[in-house]
Amino acid sequence: MRIDCRGVLCPVPVIELAKRMATVPVGTVVEVLADDTAAAHDIPAWCRMRGQRFEGAGEADGVPLYRVRRVR
Amino acid sequence: MTARVSFDSASGLPLHPAARQALLAAYDDGWADPGRLYASARRARQLLDGARASVAAALGARPDEVSFTANGSTALYAGLDGLVAARARTGRRVVHSAVEHSALLHAAAAHEPVAVPVDRLGRVDPEAYAAALTEPAGAACLIAASHEVGTRQPVAAVAEVCRARGVPLLVDAAQVAGRGPVPEGWSVLAASARKWGGPPGVGVLAVRTGTRWHAPRPEDEHEQGRAPGSVALPAVLAAAVALEAARAEAATEDARLRPLVDRIRATAAALPDVEVAGDAVDRLPHLVTFSCLYLDGEQLVRAFDEAGFEVSSGSSCTSSTLEPSHVLVAMGVLTHGNVRVSLSRTTSEEDVERFLALLPEVVGRLRREAGVDAV
Repeated sequence: MRIDCRGVLCPVPVIELAKRMATVPVGTVVEVLADDTAAAHDIPAWCRMRGQRFEGAGEADGVPLYRVRRVR
Repeated sequence: MTARVSFDSASGLPLHPAARQALLAAYDDGWADPGRLYASARRARQLLDGARASVAAALGARPDEVSFTANGSTALYAGLDGLVAARARTGRRVVHSAVEHSALLHAAAAHEPVAVPVDRLGRVDPEAYAAALTEPAGAACLIAASHEVGTRQPVAAVAEVCRARGVPLLVDAAQVAGRGPVPEGWSVLAASARKWGGPPGVGVLAVRTGTRWHAPRPEDEHEQGRAPGSVALPAVLAAAVALEAARAEAATEDARLRPLVDRIRATAAALPDVEVAGDAVDRLPHLVTFSCLYLDGEQLVRAFDEAGFEVSSGSSCTSSTLEPSHVLVAMGVLTHGNVRVSLSRTTSEEDVERFLALLPEVVGRLRREAGVDAV
């Protein structure tokens, strides 16, 4: 499951992630495609604050991709 | 109408009343070139020497170790460049914390910067400095306390590590000068008068006797060859008076502001999805930073401004580069929705109480408007 947040600035990618996470079953991995540099720091920080698991960052078509697993 | 409240003393303070008086008097009394031989010049020299002795004593330095520069940033640039220039054969690596002021990071970028990481509270581990200094280095740098989150650094322990490795340590004392004792163990010290209630346009560069330091720029007869050109004498005199005044009030202000900051920390931390950054105890007396999940730092700054409170933010949307604060990034704390509140001698308890009443309302309203209150 992937959310496309290209071209939007923080906090929007984090808000979109939070909204999506509320709708998926525990265990699901949600990917966020985001080119705003703040997302690299704020998505892991959101995971820490909300008790979700940051699975790491990668890249898709040259755009940073962040993977988060719902664990609770 | 209620008066506006400045909660951004970490950026700059209004001139201390004593400094204002000194500044005006200095335009009459201290206008001459201190380098000349006639009576008004001798008077200017006497005033400059007095200001230097006073600032030196306040910073734990000798008068001949102290030079006045154009501002705090130029003091950092010259301080660092001079250390590296003197140790060119040893190496150009500059070992600094990841939470230095951006001016220091810019100066370090001209050499070979090596950033020492910080923990979640924004503090370095002296062992990490020791590890980074196993390879030759031109200089090490450490900010005495963070201008963004308030956390104090273990300067004495890092100074000990640097001494053992034979590497000079530059300490950025901008946020601590005038607020309490300046840490010892530095080879070079930098500060800025604007941060202690002096006028803008005065920086301080102190080079400890025995430290190898080579002027990075053309050297002249001014300021021990460390800061070319004439000093802004009236501003320097006012800066010295402001520092004296700030030091005289420091203990009282520390005791007054610390509990006010504790109250802001507690109120912010009690809000849903708001995280307070930095050390709760071993910190500057007057400064607190918190981040509000799902909010935009710029919106928060504007909302508080509309309500009469002037705060700053480390969020990317509020910076000219659109990059989030490197300090918040280094700590791994949330960078969006960030607010920094820094109090001053002009802050009253009532100002803080009004802010505390406003804070939950502003955060709640902005979240409702953004449709994220139920997220």
